[in-house]
Amino acid sequence: MTSAISPVHSIGESHLTAAPRALTKRRARGAQLRGWLFVIPALVAYAAFVIWPILQTFRYSFYNWDGVNPAQWAGVKNYKTVFSNEQLIGVIGHAFELILFFSGVPVVLGLAVATIMRRFVTGRMSTVARTVLFLPQVVPLVAAGIAWSWMLSTTGVVDQVLSNIGLGSLAQSWLGGFNTALPAVGVIGAWVLLGLCTVLLYAGMTKIDPALYESAQLDGAGPLREFLAITLPALRQEVAVCVTVTVIAALSAFDIVYIATQGGPGDATMVPGLEIYQLAFYNRQVGLASALALVLMVLVIVCILPVQWFARRGVEQ
Amino acid sequence: MHKGPSRLKNRRSMLLRREPALAGLLAAAMLVTTPTGAQAASLTAAASGPASFAANCGTAPVTMQGLFESGFPDIVDLTQLFTKQYPNVKWSIREDPFATITSNAPLILSGPNPPDLMRMPQITGLVKDHLLKNMDGYFNTFGWGTFPASDLEQMRVAPSGAPQGVGPLWALGINYSMTGVFYNKALAAKVGMTAAPTTLAQLDAVLAKAKAAGILPVEQFDSSGNGGLIFPLQYLMADYTIQASGSVAPINDWVLDEPHATVVTPANLQAVEHLDTWIKDGYFNPDANAVSYATMMSRFDAGTGLVIFDGDWESGGFDSHFPGKFGFFLFPPLHAGGKQGAMSAPLTYGIAATAKHANCAAFFLNWVETNSAARALNVAVGGSNPGGPASLPIPPVKPGTVTAQTLAAGQVIAKDNGGMGFIANATGPIDAEAWTPAVQELFGGHLSPEGVLKNVQADYLQELSAP
Repeated sequence: MTSAISPVHSIGESHLTAAPRALTKRRARGAQLRGWLFVIPALVAYAAFVIWPILQTFRYSFYNWDGVNPAQWAGVKNYKTVFSNEQLIGVIGHAFELILFFSGVPVVLGLAVATIMRRFVTGRMSTVARTVLFLPQVVPLVAAGIAWSWMLSTTGVVDQVLSNIGLGSLAQSWLGGFNTALPAVGVIGAWVLLGLCTVLLYAGMTKIDPALYESAQLDGAGPLREFLAITLPALRQEVAVCVTVTVIAALSAFDIVYIATQGGPGDATMVPGLEIYQLAFYNRQVGLASALALVLMVLVIVCILPVQWFARRGVEQ
Repeated sequence: MHKGPSRLKNRRSMLLRREPALAGLLAAAMLVTTPTGAQAASLTAAASGPASFAANCGTAPVTMQGLFESGFPDIVDLTQLFTKQYPNVKWSIREDPFATITSNAPLILSGPNPPDLMRMPQITGLVKDHLLKNMDGYFNTFGWGTFPASDLEQMRVAPSGAPQGVGPLWALGINYSMTGVFYNKALAAKVGMTAAPTTLAQLDAVLAKAKAAGILPVEQFDSSGNGGLIFPLQYLMADYTIQASGSVAPINDWVLDEPHATVVTPANLQAVEHLDTWIKDGYFNPDANAVSYATMMSRFDAGTGLVIFDGDWESGGFDSHFPGKFGFFLFPPLHAGGKQGAMSAPLTYGIAATAKHANCAAFFLNWVETNSAARALNVAVGGSNPGGPASLPIPPVKPGTVTAQTLAAGQVIAKDNGGMGFIANATGPIDAEAWTPAVQELFGGHLSPEGVLKNVQADYLQELSAP
């Protein structure tokens, strides 16, 4: 009986379940299609304005091209130039020096400021402090560059303050000196990025369970121990985001440098972004500029990947 | 249960397998097709330009597209005066800083809607790329053979882009600037400078006196993109080159890209060494490497420096805004009574090869140089020699003004045949890529005088040999 009924039953059951399954599949496909419809405009825009220009840059990098006349095939010559020309190597070196200012200063200072704000600044003052710190992010970089150029000139506020506090011997042309121009540009970048890092890190701190701090305090932990044992490990993700954003800003710096120093004096503040611009639009060496741009892109990825790995490892742990 | 993920995995692996193939095909397609095929075709057609060289703007309404340099009001005033005389001609003008014009010129001129009249950066590259209208036809139509040949020399370039000074005419100056030394009369009186120095040694002494008196001897701009130290450098090069060769011809040969021309000469080395002495003696503002041209002018206007090395395009402004405050003299020669040199360059305007109203643009340029009202306006606002036929007098200006001094100095330079092209114009990128970094490094003590000349010459040769 069972054996006789069983197949019928199973067949009937399969018939009964097949229709809803097909319906579910159709619904799933419909949902998938709708999903693609939502994504397609963004994908098209991304392909047109990101992927296609990258592919075009990749193509140009194998040619000698002045931007107007027909191009001539150059093979990998432009890449050889990027890796053998001392000036271009020096320019890449400047970008790495800027990481110290664009990334190191904002992250370290941001951690300190956010910690102080979490512990001592509450209520409306906290909102005001975050707004003030975030303001440089709202100011256009060109305006920031101009304002800082004025402040760092010999008649600017920096030298005036130094003179007023008896350090007039230190007053100098910060953006005109070979030893001070790059750090001065770095300070501008640090000022711009400090607010972003502080707000990001502060937001991360608000997610930490206060009970952890209470129990640490009960165990006799001081502020430094709290910071090292609780705050810093909990902010791994936020620190990774800050480092990623600021390292990219340092390696691809253009606006601030262009406005403040235009790469000078000499080549003291020349950075890859500005060099690419000059090669393409002044020297009209579009191929070499494209090769440098791609090398810069790879450098950014190489610098960012370990940071991302570090952040993911933290999540897994 | 397992079908879903396995199918996804298959699809993913198919995509993964396809990606290199697609990328390879895409890359191959990209590499086979060279950039700018279409642009090149359009350029071939553009280079010929309109066949006729009609010498007027017609009577039908015309809107001329102009791309001018910002900060030079004379050209805008001239277009307004032109419209008053020729009401059918209106102007649509865009003004950009010179650096922007320099970087964008090839793209603008090769684009679908180039301006009819445009302030020209260094033109050799544009000529080589067939982006400018050959103006020899207008030269004949308008009779520009009556202009001093030397006025047009800097705008003649061989069609291949080199050498300069010979070949077809590709642009015209709306006026002809000349450089020298502006001084603050009150500060000059303080250091006992009662007359313009007549020798370089006298100028050295004046600068030394100013320094000793606590007055900044030279207000100087030298920021990146504005390597202003090449102004005094070229004056000094002229002095020492005239002493060595009897004329400024070797400098002009270099500026005009003559074969085998070199900037590495004993005379030029003496010039850089002399400049280096001024730097080491503290004659310049210590922040020169961070000072832009505009900042230098505002400081000089405010009375902070004894002299600036600059050009007569500032004369009109000095006369109208600071009458009687400033004076002008040519850079003094090495020896009293010796020949003098000065940079003398046209304020060049050219016509795009594909300009829609090329004939009207050329007519306007001819009008600027020959119409009496235009010439008077040009001198009053621009402060420079209006050029034009040698037979036409320079419009009168008020005696004792800075403009009167600069125009008179122009006669001296013409007599001495001391006009020089600007060393920053020898090739397109030579200023930004070679001269500016070199003089900035000299100023900062990071490069020797020999190094300045060697670096610049190496860059010069590299740029001239570029395909």
